[in-house]
Amino acid sequence: MLIPCPHCGPRDLSEFSYQGDATRTRPDPASTDMKAWHDYVYNRPNPAGPHREYWQHAGGCRTHLLVTRDTLTHEVQAVAFARAALNDGAGKP
Amino acid sequence: MSARRIPTGGLIDRSRTVPFTFDGKAYTGFAGDTLAAALLANGITLIGRSFKYHRPRGVFTAGVDEPNALVTVFKDGLREPNIPATQIELYEGLEAESQNRFPSLDYDINALNQLAGPLFGAGFYYKTFMGPVVGPLKGTGFWMFCEHFIRRAAGLGRAGYDKDPVRYERMNAFCDVLVVGAGPAGLMAAEAAAKAGKRVILAEQEPRTGGTANWSGEAIGGRQAALWAEAAVGRLTAMDNVRLLTRTAVWGYYDGNNLAALERVGDHLAAPPKGAPRHRHWSIRAEKVVLATGSFERPIVFPGNDRPGVMLAGAAERYANEFGVLPGEKIAVFTNNDGAYRAAAALKKAGGAVVAILDVRPEISAAARALAEEAGVVPLLGHAVVGTAGKRLAKVLIQRFDAATGRLSGDVRPVEADCLAVSGGWSPAIHLASQAGRNPAWDDRLNAFLPPQPTQEWTGAGAFTGTMRTAEALSTGRDAGLIAAGKKASRAKLPEVAAPAVEINPAPVFEIKADGKAFVDLQNDVTADDVRLAHREGFLSVEHLKRYTTLGMATDQGKTSNVPGLAIMAGARGLAIPDVGTTRFRPPFSPVSIGSLAAEKHGHFKPDRLTPMHDWHVERGARMMEVGLWHRPMIYGGAGETVEQAYIREAATVRASVGIVDVSTLGKIAVKGPDAAEFLDRVYTNMFSTLAVGKARYGLMLREDGIALDDGTTWRLGEHDFLMTTTTANAGKVMQHLEYFLDVVWPDLKVHLTSVTDQWAGAAVAGPNARKLLEACVTGTAVDNEALPFMGIVHGGIAGAPVMICRLSFSGERAYEVYCGAGHGTHVWEALMEAGEPFGIAPYGMEALGTLRIEKGHVTGAEIDGRTTARDLYLDWMLSKKKPFIGSALMDREGLIDTNRIRLVGVVSLDGQPLGGGAHIVENGSLEELGESIGHITAFCYSPALSKYIGLALVKGGKARHGTRAFVSDALRKRFGPVEIVSHHFFDPEGSRMHG
Repeated sequence: MLIPCPHCGPRDLSEFSYQGDATRTRPDPASTDMKAWHDYVYNRPNPAGPHREYWQHAGGCRTHLLVTRDTLTHEVQAVAFARAALNDGAGKP
Repeated sequence: MSARRIPTGGLIDRSRTVPFTFDGKAYTGFAGDTLAAALLANGITLIGRSFKYHRPRGVFTAGVDEPNALVTVFKDGLREPNIPATQIELYEGLEAESQNRFPSLDYDINALNQLAGPLFGAGFYYKTFMGPVVGPLKGTGFWMFCEHFIRRAAGLGRAGYDKDPVRYERMNAFCDVLVVGAGPAGLMAAEAAAKAGKRVILAEQEPRTGGTANWSGEAIGGRQAALWAEAAVGRLTAMDNVRLLTRTAVWGYYDGNNLAALERVGDHLAAPPKGAPRHRHWSIRAEKVVLATGSFERPIVFPGNDRPGVMLAGAAERYANEFGVLPGEKIAVFTNNDGAYRAAAALKKAGGAVVAILDVRPEISAAARALAEEAGVVPLLGHAVVGTAGKRLAKVLIQRFDAATGRLSGDVRPVEADCLAVSGGWSPAIHLASQAGRNPAWDDRLNAFLPPQPTQEWTGAGAFTGTMRTAEALSTGRDAGLIAAGKKASRAKLPEVAAPAVEINPAPVFEIKADGKAFVDLQNDVTADDVRLAHREGFLSVEHLKRYTTLGMATDQGKTSNVPGLAIMAGARGLAIPDVGTTRFRPPFSPVSIGSLAAEKHGHFKPDRLTPMHDWHVERGARMMEVGLWHRPMIYGGAGETVEQAYIREAATVRASVGIVDVSTLGKIAVKGPDAAEFLDRVYTNMFSTLAVGKARYGLMLREDGIALDDGTTWRLGEHDFLMTTTTANAGKVMQHLEYFLDVVWPDLKVHLTSVTDQWAGAAVAGPNARKLLEACVTGTAVDNEALPFMGIVHGGIAGAPVMICRLSFSGERAYEVYCGAGHGTHVWEALMEAGEPFGIAPYGMEALGTLRIEKGHVTGAEIDGRTTARDLYLDWMLSKKKPFIGSALMDREGLIDTNRIRLVGVVSLDGQPLGGGAHIVENGSLEELGESIGHITAFCYSPALSKYIGLALVKGGKARHGTRAFVSDALRKRFGPVEIVSHHFFDPEGSRMHG
């Protein structure tokens, strides 16, 4: 599997660390809604098909990427810097 | 003698005689032989004993599909079992041994298993070794008891116990076009793509390129096919943009057109060149792939089809044409297609007598008739083999057979033969395609599975696509090469092929049902009846069939047994073969050495992390230990000192005067930016925004789920400038944790993180005389209690080098961590040592460091083990109530605040004996009768301060057990003894020594 890092170019899977599901939202830090926290920390939808997830280019530029990957084919459909995408609102689930 | 070398012919080098041994006896072969060919040339047809029934077995194929002739090879003092003799190239001094026989191959005691044959059917072990319902051997206990004896009787070769001393390596390669298989189709594809200017890799698993051209006996372009192939290879090797890899099996097809291959670099050499690896793992990224992997001939299943002397027709032809070896003197042929007729003619031409051709079909083509005439025999049409006789094949039993009904009739007649060449049709080698494609499609004409629709960038060529003729191989090969190169298929003239026009499509006959064991899978001793038994017992899916009967498992992965097995299952279920389906081929296509996968990731290629003062430690006689990738001093042993004596001396010196320890390995992260303080408030459980510039604070981090992650001190060097330290082991993990939160959770925070672990050298100076030591050598700043209070930071110089000093203590003594640029590390260290000399300073290692921290009850990774909470470690005073932080939401869950969780305590050995890490704490019992564990020891030492063996432990209830007695129970080290559970703050609980 290759992930096209927008900073470094297409790189082998072995350079990346999987950093989890990008579709979940972290509850407000002060929230005491335990169900929301449980969903955030433990529950994963595990879809068969396109999935938004974070990958860190740990062996490269170390940025976190927001990757849309098809879990059936491993086809990477979209890649963006997570931080930039979240800051301009595009990365919000 | 039956099998023998023929005087001329073959592609072997008859000018070079190669001596080798098999089962201790000396033989010779020729350069270019495989072990199988050389054994046959020496008349040896009995090569091994079978897996379950210990039946005599011989050579069945000539290639990677060999299920039978597995041997053990001894090389470089190592034994490697289960290698097909067909895949071993002869080299001088090759030492091979037959397997699974006792006392000898000829007289094997376990061959008695054959008599018990009916007992050993599918699922035999599962059914027979279910133990009684009660008693010591109940349930699987009985199996475990019997397993020991069964393992000795069943199975294949034995693995060695010695460490593998040879080297393996790994190679990454990139190309425009990867061509798998260098037969006629692959050669055409590679040349077409290379001529179009593409970078081409051509991989061939055999040592010889050319594939079928080496033994088909056909002519291509007006000359012998083998010579045509040789010329084609010559043209390819002359091109700069072609890399030819022989002895390289492409075994895996992964995402992104990434293929894995194993190159056997040194296996065929008596003495590989210095530095050459034994195997090389290739990871090949190809823009396009051409699969020209050919096809596998398959057998017909009939009783006695496993006797030495029975082999595939194509293999017999190959031994004659490629190796100049006649596999028998009196050869019978049994077939359901025309292909075997070519083999018959070739064997006759090589000097063998073809005694019979038995064909299940009522009619054959004119071309087949002509070939039979060449072979000098009139084929018996509508006949089948129903049995064989002889330890080595002596007789073939035949009977009339109706292919339409599968019925046998008439008398059983014997035909004397020492070789039976069988052909049941051809199956394209779709293994790689199946890894990178959809479901394979059944072809009624070929009676085989055709390659699936690709899900990756590959095209097929040659027999792989189901087109079995050489002329088609040339045209599909060239087209595939051109298409892979982005060109259009060509109509230009191709080299002429002279070959008999035989009918390749077989009659759909897979099995002859008659009395006796008829083997489907020769390697696993799975019979046709086993398949039917599995069906009767309800194992209908092919995946279940495979796992229940072991059909298609082990080293050959059912290359010869796959389709016959499916056909028999389909027959039992009354379905068509495609409706039964096929198991999916997974990597690896052929066996892969584990060493090649590990390659440089093990052994001396692992990186070593050394601190700036490393050489100093080593020169001073430090005994080093590995902590992750780091090398750290364990002790600085004096003459005649034991490890225990050394660390006790070192630790005692710290408590009495002063010691120094290298702490450069601590993780260090520069946290900078206007939001740095806010960020730290969110990641640590305690407050950092309130920390004054020039001060440090001890901090604790939790994970989101409320479990402790790491601890360390963070120093505020400026308003927006912090230096965070982490434990040595967790430096990478903490960095990633912080990066994740900054990038993904709080992308709005203006903070930048830099790992600066390697930029700083650190030395901790600890002991009552530590301050005096610094006063003697530090310039530019005062270091008294006023200027440098506990947790204070000052900047100054030592021996001309700038340093940063923070007063903090892991040892519980008055202590200072002195940091300087890594390049000044040894210089500053030596200056500190010199200043400490008047105080009798001792450098101390990990053992003394551990001792001092255990005496103080400080936690490390042994206690922050990914299961403990802050409360478990009595660090709840660090959990701020004024702010949320990572982990604050979930840390108070019921299960995490249960007071009966295992919590930190101290333990004191009451019998004066050492404690052991990982040992259980129990309330009662003995070494023999283990009581219920209430916890375990995480760290232990001899405490010079207390003159006792002590330890830290995680024990149920924690503090509630202070003052009670328990036992340490360590079955592994045979240690059982009384302990007292106490507070983990063994020494100076008020901290007066470090604050003073």
